[in-house]
Amino acid sequence: MEKDVQVLEDVTVRFAGDSGDGMQLTGSQFTNTTALAGNDLSTLPDYPAEIRAPAGTLYGVSGFQLHFSSSDIQTPGDSPDVLVAMNPAALKVNLRDLKKNATIIANENAFDSKNLKLAEYETNPLEDKSLEGYNVIPVPLTKLTHAALDGLTLSMKEKDRCKNFFALGLMFWLYSKPLEPTIEWIEEKFKKNETVKEANKRALHAGYGYGDTTEIFTTRYEVEPAKLTPGLYRNLSGNEAVALGLVAASHQAGIPLFLGSYPITPASDILHELSRYKNFGVKTVQAEDEIAGICVAIGASFSGSLAATTTSGPGLALKMEAVGLSVMTELPLVIVDVQRGGPSTGLPTKTEQADLFQAMYGRNGESPVCVLAASTPGDCFHMAVEASRLALKYMTPVILLTDGYLANGSEPWKIPAIEELPEMKVTFRTEKEGFFPYLRDENYARPWAIPGTPGLEHRIGGLEKANITGHVSYDTKNHDFMVRTRAKKVKHIENDIPDLEVRGEKSGDLLILGWGGTYGAITETVTRLLSKGYKLSQAHLKYLNPMPKNTGEVLKRFKQVLVPEINLGQLAYILRAEYLYPVESLTKVEGLPFKSSEIEEKIISMIGGK
Amino acid sequence: MSAQEVKTEGAKLTVKDFQTPHDIRWCPGCGDYSILAQMQRVSPDLNVAKENFVWVSGIGCSSRFPYYMDTYGFHGIHGRAPAIATGVKVARPDLSVWVATGDGDLLSIGGNHFIHACRRNVDLKILLFNNRIYGLTKGQFSPTSEKGKKTKSTPYGAIDHPFNPVAVALGVDTTFIARTMDRDAKHMQLMMNRAAAHKGTALIEVYQNCNIFNDGAYEHLTEKDQKPDTTVFLEHGKPLIFGKNKDKGIRLNGFTPAVVDLSSGQFTADDCWVHDEFDKSPVRATILSHFTEMEDFPVPFGIFRQTTKNTYDGDVQQQIDDITKSQGKGDLMKLFTSANTWEVK
Ligand code: SF4
Repeated sequence: MEKDVQVLEDVTVRFAGDSGDGMQLTGSQFTNTTALAGNDLSTLPDYPAEIRAPAGTLYGVSGFQLHFSSSDIQTPGDSPDVLVAMNPAALKVNLRDLKKNATIIANENAFDSKNLKLAEYETNPLEDKSLEGYNVIPVPLTKLTHAALDGLTLSMKEKDRCKNFFALGLMFWLYSKPLEPTIEWIEEKFKKNETVKEANKRALHAGYGYGDTTEIFTTRYEVEPAKLTPGLYRNLSGNEAVALGLVAASHQAGIPLFLGSYPITPASDILHELSRYKNFGVKTVQAEDEIAGICVAIGASFSGSLAATTTSGPGLALKMEAVGLSVMTELPLVIVDVQRGGPSTGLPTKTEQADLFQAMYGRNGESPVCVLAASTPGDCFHMAVEASRLALKYMTPVILLTDGYLANGSEPWKIPAIEELPEMKVTFRTEKEGFFPYLRDENYARPWAIPGTPGLEHRIGGLEKANITGHVSYDTKNHDFMVRTRAKKVKHIENDIPDLEVRGEKSGDLLILGWGGTYGAITETVTRLLSKGYKLSQAHLKYLNPMPKNTGEVLKRFKQVLVPEINLGQLAYILRAEYLYPVESLTKVEGLPFKSSEIEEKIISMIGGK
Repeated sequence: MSAQEVKTEGAKLTVKDFQTPHDIRWCPGCGDYSILAQMQRVSPDLNVAKENFVWVSGIGCSSRFPYYMDTYGFHGIHGRAPAIATGVKVARPDLSVWVATGDGDLLSIGGNHFIHACRRNVDLKILLFNNRIYGLTKGQFSPTSEKGKKTKSTPYGAIDHPFNPVAVALGVDTTFIARTMDRDAKHMQLMMNRAAAHKGTALIEVYQNCNIFNDGAYEHLTEKDQKPDTTVFLEHGKPLIFGKNKDKGIRLNGFTPAVVDLSSGQFTADDCWVHDEFDKSPVRATILSHFTEMEDFPVPFGIFRQTTKNTYDGDVQQQIDDITKSQGKGDLMKLFTSANTWEVK
């Protein structure tokens, strides 16, 4: 049957099912294929905190959203155009997010009385007209998958498990994408199990074939490749990007990378990634707890490694005494906090930006550290490199803030040439003449003299240091001097970072100022409003401490400044305190990134409709 | 790091090379002085270049130790010395890494790091200054204080049951466990030498007198007139015999030890328990470790048990070497492009 092909500029799809249904896998396969096809894209995995919540329940629903486009995009999309719902619970949980008249592809075999009850449906929504207005396409996914696997010696359960590949095949057909990348992946992944390999391939083909032959689908869609900056690309998540960034920094610095870490959601993937890079000389220690994670890193830093520790909010809280120790001992250390919903255990699998205060101020005493924040998954690479550069150059701990959304989300990443990476060659102190542990260079950095260097034996620690000699000192005047010197050192970094750039008019009525992972949503909103003729500007802070030198001046060029944050206004608070500028705050703490419509609404309310 | 293995040029190291010019701030008469002196005495002969020693400590009186050793030193935070030292050793297996710590530091706030360093068998030498009290915070009971002990924080007597550090160390399969005392310089030096020669985690529990807050805690073990009857010195291959006249022995009936009289003619040295430092089974060392809680039994000093197992730091390096050999040295560009890539023209 001939089918129409309709060209679309962008599409947002969401796969949803039980946490055991393989939705994250389905989503990431669709993502990779879409990326290879040259679309710009952005993803948002959303999964429950339980690993395998009971099947069919509302709280066990796992989702993966992907926005892909033929033009430059910034977010995983506000509301999906298409929902693939593997069961009633998946439909129920996701329905409210969908666009009006969105397409719903539902596995009708899963809409039995048991699952309907678990999802708290009194009647079957596929039949009771409650979905009127949506384009509902019921597909007997389970049955068709079983039929496709006829003759294979697999249990019913094992056959059931292949239905996500059927759904994937169908979606590939619907969006005119090739099957090859997924087939290659299946071949590799299941090379040890011939039957499962065959089953998954058959399910994938069957799904594709179903789209082609059934009369339900009259149209298929195409999203053309995006016009990205020329270059070599790959798809990259924020956590992978941090791992690559640290390895790249170690390469540039010419010293080995050492990671001390403790498993914690959503940061563990950085530990997993780095544990694989043994042939880069990367040493990873999965420590007995968060505190040990940072302490082994401090030991490694003392003895000459590029040391890092990775964690999330609760872990950072545990590490803080040791962060203070690296402030006092003035050793380079990269601390990555992949923020999640808090306080306490909070929402481990949901995103938030509420650790800014913790990063800035969460230690005893006057304890300034450099604080950076990445703005997109790909930017996590650059900021991990930057965090390392600053740590090494200024002999200071640097906290890099990312978040669950950046960590698990992904986007096409333009692979940099090695020559484009910043210079950061480290030289250890070896000269005995004139050596003092706390004699500073022009950047207020003290010398890095590592064990094994003859003649430079010295002792450091958490007690206050005498200026220059580094001996223990209880002298009160010296303490005052050292406190101010440490603060001055961190502040001095402002001379080594880029100015805050303003997009759009350099002065005017309204500036939208964001930080960290809200970049995508803000950019998308501003782009849309600019194209509609609104007058507004945008800036994004990636350096939170110190802030770019021109920050105060930028603020003052605008009549109003709006600061959207996934917290209760932490950056807004700091800006008001620091620059005495009455910024307006837009906050949301729902464990999810901003939708650009939410930011748009606020902006319109500030500057009025047009 | 081969360049750093080169010894300092010139003459052989001496005690003086390990002394710092700083005033030592322990109370006069403190047992810590002896530990420092013995360590400075043995260090020149350990066959380690001076610059390759690293001393790491936590918080407490004992943890001031690194300031008084003229080597690389790191005075850490409370309880975390084993973790910091692990980082030093794993990053740089070429270094000789020592930990100075106390009963509060290692066994209370640092308990977790202690057992995990031992479990992993990181090649660290840990000197546990056990004075059974918190000194630096001025006299609260510690995890090794005896039950019922009256201190500032336990005016009616401590309710806590104490820790048995040797038994704990045996429980996590520590590969070298020894005990010595501040008042026996020769024995302490011997233990330090033996610990230094051991590859893997070596724990030396030093009974150390805090003459300010817990004076005399070990008097019955250290004073000449009582020591022979209250202590037994473990020597590999030798029977467990003690007493002023070497007239008491320890026999093992199954798993039950008994103190026997060697003067009555009923038992001879041949009937006594012969110490085996390298015993594959931890059972006998565990029985020995509990003598401290058994009435009429002498307190053992010496090496309880020494075993061999791969070191953590060694295996970390080995894995890196093996994988680098099989996969080739990492290439950054190859790593960047290790996922599916596409070209945008
Ligand atoms: S308080 Fe006790 S342990 Fe501390 S230095 Fe004084 S005597 Fe030694």
